[in-house]
Amino acid sequence: MTWVLPFLYSDRRGKYAPKEAVKSTYRRQRAVDVLFLRLSVKQVMIQVEGLTKYYGDHPAIVGLTFHAGVGEILGFLGPNGAGKTTTMRILTGYMPPSSGTARVAGYDVVDQSLEVRRRVGYLPETVPLYPEMSVVEYLEFMGSLRRVKKLDERIEAVLEEVSLEERAGSFIGNLSKGLRQRVGLAQALLHEPEVLILDEPTIGLDPAQIIEVRKLIQEIGRSRTVLLSTHILSEAQQVCDRVLIINHGEIVVEDSPGNLQAQLAGAERLIVVTASETAELARLLERLPGVAEVKQGMNEGEVQVTCTAGNDVRPLIARKVVEAGMDLLELRPVGVSLEDIFLQLTREEAAPPVEA
Amino acid sequence: MRNVWIIASREFRQYFISPVAYAVAASIYLILGGIFFINIYFAIRGSQIDPDGRIVLGPLVTILLFATPAVTMRLLAEEHRMGTLELLLTAPVRDWEVIVGKWLGAFGFMLVIVAFTWVYPYILNRMTDPGIDQGILVSAYLGLVLLLSTMLAIGVLISAMFKNPMAAFFVALAILLVLWIVGSLGSGAGVGSQIAGSLSLVDRYYNNLYRGIISLPDVLYFVSLTILALVFGSQIVESRRWR
Repeated sequence: MTWVLPFLYSDRRGKYAPKEAVKSTYRRQRAVDVLFLRLSVKQVMIQVEGLTKYYGDHPAIVGLTFHAGVGEILGFLGPNGAGKTTTMRILTGYMPPSSGTARVAGYDVVDQSLEVRRRVGYLPETVPLYPEMSVVEYLEFMGSLRRVKKLDERIEAVLEEVSLEERAGSFIGNLSKGLRQRVGLAQALLHEPEVLILDEPTIGLDPAQIIEVRKLIQEIGRSRTVLLSTHILSEAQQVCDRVLIINHGEIVVEDSPGNLQAQLAGAERLIVVTASETAELARLLERLPGVAEVKQGMNEGEVQVTCTAGNDVRPLIARKVVEAGMDLLELRPVGVSLEDIFLQLTREEAAPPVEA
Repeated sequence: MRNVWIIASREFRQYFISPVAYAVAASIYLILGGIFFINIYFAIRGSQIDPDGRIVLGPLVTILLFATPAVTMRLLAEEHRMGTLELLLTAPVRDWEVIVGKWLGAFGFMLVIVAFTWVYPYILNRMTDPGIDQGILVSAYLGLVLLLSTMLAIGVLISAMFKNPMAAFFVALAILLVLWIVGSLGSGAGVGSQIAGSLSLVDRYYNNLYRGIISLPDVLYFVSLTILALVFGSQIVESRRWR
């Protein structure tokens, strides 16, 4: 961005102004502008282009292209075997891609692997721990390999972050799965990486811990770049700024969780529950303008109404139901959940449902 | 270079909390002590043997043939199986630093074990008059250290190839045994047997250093074989990334 700036100042080179003064004004102005640019333009931390990886003849990922900026939490969503872990392994410098390029913090993952590895914190799917070491010993080992300055203070801080202070002296082998996961997370955070790559960070944790870890990730995500994979959709919905759904090694869709929902929900759907018979209710609602489809609900007296786009038929339905002498018990819209979208997108030519 | 040291010191400390290392150390001292006792016993009974440092070092070398694969088997195979190799390979550490660090840690541990065997020549020296041949002792121990470094490097190389420590143990043992007995082919006159003879791990040791002859080709043989094994080991770690 910055190299275009000198052209912007060509008009400021006044003919009569002394040379030195012009230079210094120019320099000051430029510095301010560069600073402003840096603040306003989101720096791209992960840039992936046409990334492909073959295991033998089998393609794990094919032509992935995406990016992530500073302060962004990018969710990697997909069924098992979709290529999430492979992509992360390439980004962390564990393995090179078959083709395509990936840059992390501006460094190429193949040519400048060490620079990339210095700037990335990585929590693999199987948490890599040495069971016969204590938590502190383990962090000291990793910290010294990563040349962390003021290591003792950092370890203390990071243990507090993942709330493990009380187990600092315990052997990792004696810790529960949830605690081990947190040790792994502590390891990934230890060197204050610019990019954090987490492969299913909440797997194996209990609900309370999951909430804690998510909160932690969100906090970190404010100032760093986080790439996390998950197959729990509500997690992606809660934590991520942007979701990337990947299936069979290809990106199926990329958007914010909110947009995804809105975009794929299409027409609005309503649930209508009355105390009357379903068939009767369905017959009544089918005739209303703005109603596209009426389906039987789960219980007697319950139907699911699909409206044509842009029509709010709720007042009409309420009126008609009451006019028909039925007791309206419930009338509520149902959003399409990310689960539905996920299944819809990742299901490849699913067999048509067999009607019994 | 600092990474090598960090990995080596972790590995070194690791040995002292793992049961394998204590089992290796205990068996070495047990066998060595027994043989030492028997030797001294027969010497005192008036047989013709003239005890020097070799009554300790001869059996020690044979024990090390089995001990080194046991010490090196888990070095990389275990890391690979546990998934911790992913941790090391995504840390800012070069592949060769991992291999050399592992080797150095094992080497340090074995040196500690070997250092304690000095106690036998010391006892021997006190018992005999005018004492044992110090030159042979020093030369033989130097040879032992060189031999050890080579055997450990081969062990590390094999460990890098496997995910299962037991497989690494047996393959390393087999390779060391082949290098052990290949010397017996060297008694012939042909070029082939000469090559076989010069490849032999123990002939190099027993024929020269063990007898108090320190020659440059022998030292170079051990050092270059060590380096070669470590280079191959690094290549194997790197090739794992490409799979």
